[in-house]
Amino acid sequence: MKFETEYRTLGKVSGPLLVVNAIKNAGYGEITKIRLDSGEERLGQVIETADTYAVVQVFGPTSGISIKSTSVRFTGDTFKLGVGEEMLGRVFNGQGKPKDTNAAFAVEKERDINGEPMNPTARRMPSDFIQTGVSSIDGLMTLVRGQKLPIFSGSGLPHNRLAAQIARQAKVVGSKENFAVVFAGIGITYDDASFFIENFRKTGALKRTVAFMNLADDPSIERILTPRLALTTAEFLAYDKGMHVLVMLTDMTNYCEALREMASAREEVPGRRGYPGYMYTDLASIYERAGIAEGRKGSITQLNIVTMPGDDITHPIPDLTGYITEGQIFLSRELNNKGLYPPVNPLGSLSRLMNNGIGAGKTREDHRGVADQLYGAYARAQESRSLSAIIGTEALSETDKLYLKFGDDFEKEFLAQGEDEDRSIENTLDIGWKLLSELPEGELTRIKSEHISKYHFKHRGSAPKESPKASAETKREEEKEEKKQPAKKAAGKKSGGRRKKR
Amino acid sequence: MGIIERISGPLVVAKEMLGASMYDVVRVGSAKLIGEVIKLEGERAIIQVYEDTNGVRPGEKVVSTDTQLSVELGPGILSQIFDGVQRPLNMIKAKTGIFIRRGSDVNSIDRKKKWQFHADKKAVKGARVTEGTIIGYVEETPLIKHYIMVPQGVNGRIESIKSGKMSVEDTVAVVKTGRGMAKVSMLQKRPVRQAARYAEKIAAEVPLITGMRVIDTLFPVAKGGTAGIPGPFGSGKTVTQQSLAKYSDANVVVYVGCGERGNEMTDVLTEFPELKDPTTGRPLMERTVLIANTSNMPVAAREASIYTGITIAEYFRDMGYNVALMADSTSRWAEAMREISTRLEEMPGEEGYPAYLPKRVAEFYERAGRVKTLDGGIGSVTVVGAVSPPGGDLSEPVAQSTLRVVKTFWALDAALASSRHFPSINWLSSYSLYTGALQGWYDKNIGEDFTSNRNRTQALLQKEAELKDIVQLVGEDALPDTERVLLGVGRMVRENFLRQSAFDPVDAFTSLKKQNIMIGTMLHFGDKAEEAARKGVSAENSLELDVVKEISRMKEIPEEKIDAEGGKINEQIESQFKKLVAEHGMEEEVKA
Repeated sequence: MKFETEYRTLGKVSGPLLVVNAIKNAGYGEITKIRLDSGEERLGQVIETADTYAVVQVFGPTSGISIKSTSVRFTGDTFKLGVGEEMLGRVFNGQGKPKDTNAAFAVEKERDINGEPMNPTARRMPSDFIQTGVSSIDGLMTLVRGQKLPIFSGSGLPHNRLAAQIARQAKVVGSKENFAVVFAGIGITYDDASFFIENFRKTGALKRTVAFMNLADDPSIERILTPRLALTTAEFLAYDKGMHVLVMLTDMTNYCEALREMASAREEVPGRRGYPGYMYTDLASIYERAGIAEGRKGSITQLNIVTMPGDDITHPIPDLTGYITEGQIFLSRELNNKGLYPPVNPLGSLSRLMNNGIGAGKTREDHRGVADQLYGAYARAQESRSLSAIIGTEALSETDKLYLKFGDDFEKEFLAQGEDEDRSIENTLDIGWKLLSELPEGELTRIKSEHISKYHFKHRGSAPKESPKASAETKREEEKEEKKQPAKKAAGKKSGGRRKKR
Repeated sequence: MGIIERISGPLVVAKEMLGASMYDVVRVGSAKLIGEVIKLEGERAIIQVYEDTNGVRPGEKVVSTDTQLSVELGPGILSQIFDGVQRPLNMIKAKTGIFIRRGSDVNSIDRKKKWQFHADKKAVKGARVTEGTIIGYVEETPLIKHYIMVPQGVNGRIESIKSGKMSVEDTVAVVKTGRGMAKVSMLQKRPVRQAARYAEKIAAEVPLITGMRVIDTLFPVAKGGTAGIPGPFGSGKTVTQQSLAKYSDANVVVYVGCGERGNEMTDVLTEFPELKDPTTGRPLMERTVLIANTSNMPVAAREASIYTGITIAEYFRDMGYNVALMADSTSRWAEAMREISTRLEEMPGEEGYPAYLPKRVAEFYERAGRVKTLDGGIGSVTVVGAVSPPGGDLSEPVAQSTLRVVKTFWALDAALASSRHFPSINWLSSYSLYTGALQGWYDKNIGEDFTSNRNRTQALLQKEAELKDIVQLVGEDALPDTERVLLGVGRMVRENFLRQSAFDPVDAFTSLKKQNIMIGTMLHFGDKAEEAARKGVSAENSLELDVVKEISRMKEIPEEKIDAEGGKINEQIESQFKKLVAEHGMEEEVKA
C-alpha cells in the first residue's frame, strides 16, 4: 500500500538537509518528493526519523526551497529504480532519468537501489580468466570474471585510456556469451565522459552499454546515487538476464568526496581526513556487489577508477578501497614519465583472485611460477638500480648487472605495449620467458623444475611460433646505454671487475 | 512491549521500555529485526539493530525476548557457516535465495536431525554432576566427537540417562538438583558477552604447529596463546589466516570473517571441504565453524560476530579440545564499535574510537588460554587476530591496543608482499614471547638443536640486514669473503626457507622435523662456506657449488623422503667443500 501525504511544515534548511516537523512516522530511508513554488520537483531521502520530525536529504540543489511555500511528500517507499533490458544503449543522468532522448523504455522490474547483501554461501568463486590483452595485467595481476579490481591512478595518468583498452579487448577465451557494460561517470568532466562514450561508439559496444552520467557540475549529492543505480542495473542484467556485466565506476574519489560533503552537512564526527567513520562500510556496499551467484548465468566484474589524491596510496580513499577490493592495478607516475604505456607498476599491483583463474587448462601451467619469478626479478632489479645509483654500475656484481638489464628490458618489452595491441596470454608468458632466459638458471627458484625444462628457451627445441618481439631499435638503444656507462664509472669504486679466483 | 520513537541508521530509540534490561535481545518493528539493548534512559531503551533498518517507521513495536544475546551450542554446529548473530547462512539461502533478506527467523541449530547419543560410562544414575561435566558424546563428524556437557547452573545427581538416536532438544538425562529435576538436552545456550567458566588457567607450553616455517621456527605461538597479524592491504593477512585455519594442528577451528570480502568466505567454503586434514585424511570442513559477516552485511552484527566466534570456541575448549580462533579482521570489529559509539553520541577517544576500545580488545584476547576444564580435562583456545591499520600505520589505536595484549606479533611487510615474498612476515620486526616456554617441548619432541638453530638463524638474518646496509653504501665488492658468504647464506634462508608457497601442495605444509632439517642444512652450508672463505676460497665459488641448487629445492622434497635426501645433501656439502678447499684454498687460514 502506498499512501502519500503532503506536508508544508518545513522547519529548517541546512546544506542539503531539510527538517520536516509535525509529521507522522516517516520510514527510515523513505523517498520524498519536494515541490517548489515553481512547480519543480526534487527527490529527497529520509536519513533520520522520529515520531515528530524527519530529516530529509535533498538530491540536488536546495536553491529555491523556502520554509513558507515548499511542500514535502512522503512516498512511503525506499529508492527504487525501474530496470529493463531496453536500458542497453541508453544514457541516463545521475538520478537515473534518461538523458539522451526522452523515449521511454519498458520497465521490467523495480529494484531497491541499495540492493541486498549477497549470501556468501550463494556466491560462486570467480575463476574464469579474462584476457585483457595487456601483458602486465594478464601475466601478473590476472583479472577474472566476477572480480572487483580497481585502477589506482593519479591525476594526469592515462587511466581512462587503459580502462577503455581493457573494455575494448577483454574477453574470455573460447566463450561467446552475452556481455554488457554498465558505465557510471561520477563527477567526471564532460571531456572524460565523451571520451568513454565515443570509445564505446567506435567499437560498437555502445548498444551493449548502459551509461549513468553525473558530471562535474551536477549536484554532488547525486553522486551517492549514481554508482548504486549502475549496480542495480548491472545486477538485473547479470542475475535476471544472464549477462556478463563489466561495471566501470569512475571516479570513486569523487564519490568519497560527496560522501564527506554529506557527512559534514549532517554534522557527523569526522574520521580520518574528514571522511566519515563508516566510509569502509559504505564503500563495501558498492564494491561487494561484484561477483557470481550460484545457479545464475551472469556475473558482475568491477573495474573502477580511483585517483589517489597526491599519489598517496595511504590516503583513506585508496586505502579503504584496497581493503575491500580483490587487488588493484597500480599506475606509476615514474613509468609514465619514462614514456611507458600502460604505466602499470607490478610492484604495487595485485590480483587476489589470480590463482583461481590461471594454471593448466585456464592459462598455462607455468603461469604462477613465471609471474612470481618476474615479480621477484623486477623487485631485485629495483634494488640493483638503487645500488647502482649510489656505487655506480661498474661496481655492481655480475648478477646485479644482469638484473639491472633485466629491469630495463622488462619495462620495454613486457610492460610497454601499444594502445591497440592485443596480446594473447601465450605471447605474454613467452615474453616473460624470453626475459627470464637472460638470467642464470639458478636464479629461477620460484619456478618448478619441470616447468623450467619444458618452457625455458634454452630447453625448448625452437623459439615459439608467436615470437616475442625484441625490435632492433631497443637493441640499439641498449648499446648506446652501454657506451654511456663508463662515464658513471667515476662514481663507482676502483676495485670492480675481477672476482673469480679460479 | 515498546514503541519506536527515533531511527538513525542501525540505532533505534524505543519508549515505554521500562522492564527491559541491558543487553536484552529485542525484535524491532513489523519486520522483526534482531536488536540488542545497549543503553537505558528512564523508560527509553537504545537499541542497536543487527539488520538494515530501511523502511522501519516510528510507532512500530519493539518486543523484548528477555534473553541476552546468546549462541546455541550442540551437535550440528560443525561445518556450518553462520552470520554474525549465529543464523545459519545455508538455511537463509534456502529461504530467501542468493540475497540475504531481513528478519529471517531461523534456528541456529537444526532441530530435526537425529543424533546417536552415547552416554558416558561414568554417567550413571546417582552419579554427581556439576556444570561442565561430560555425560556423553555424539560423533558429530568422523573428526570430532561432540561431548555433551551439563549446562550452566545445573548441579546435582543424575536421575536418569539414556543413549539412543535423538534430536538436540530431546532430553538425554534428568538431573536431580536442589531446586528440583532439571532436564538436560544436547542443546545449550550461552551468552556471548561473558567468558565461559573453567577450573583454572594453566601454562601454555605446547606449540600450535602451523606448517609455516617462518612461524614455527622463528615466531611460534603456543596452544592457548594469542597472536596479532597487523599489515596493510595486500600484505597477505588473509592468506596467512587461511593457511593457519587449514594446516594448524588444532582440533577445532573457528574462523570469523569480520567485515571482510564475500569471495574470501566463498573461497573457504569451496576449498575446505576439498582439503584433507593431514593426519586423518578427512575434509577440513569437518572440524571447522565459520562465522561470516562480510563487509556489506549489517555493521552492528559485525560487532557481535567476534563474540559469537569466541563463545563457540570456548564451548569446544570445554570438551577438552585445542581450538584455534582466527579473527579477520579485528579492525572491522573496532570500527563497528566506533560507528555505534558515534551514533550514541559518546565522547570519542583517539581517532573517534570509544574510550573503552582498549578494554574491549584486552577482554577479547583474555578469553584465549590453555585451561583445566570444569570436567577436569585440558583444552585451549588460541586466538589469532588480524589488524588492518589504515595506511599500514601501526601507531593507530586498534593496532596499539592489540600489541599491548598479544604475545606473538607477526609483522606483515608490504615491501615483501610486493616482491611476492610470502608469507610476508618480516623476520626482523616480528617477535614471539613463547619461545622460552616452548623450549622444553622442542627439546623433547624435535631435538635440542631446534632452539639453537632458531637463535643462530635469527642472528644470521640480523647480521645480514646490517651488512646489506653497508653494501648500500660501499658495494658488495668491498666486503671480505666471509661476509659475502654470509650475505649469500642469508639470501638462501630468505628465499628457500622463509619464503613458502601457500598454493603448492608439498610446500604449503612443512613439519617441524623437516623444518629443522632444512634450516640445519642451510646453517651447515653456511658454516662450511665461512670456513672455506677463511681458507681463501672466494664467496662466489662457494655459493655456486652444485649443492646450492639442491638446497634451494629442499622445500620440494616430500615429508617421507626428507630424512634420506636431507642426509644426502649434507654429505654433498661436506664432499663438495672438501674438493673446493683442496682446489682453491690456501694452506693457512686468512684472517678476516
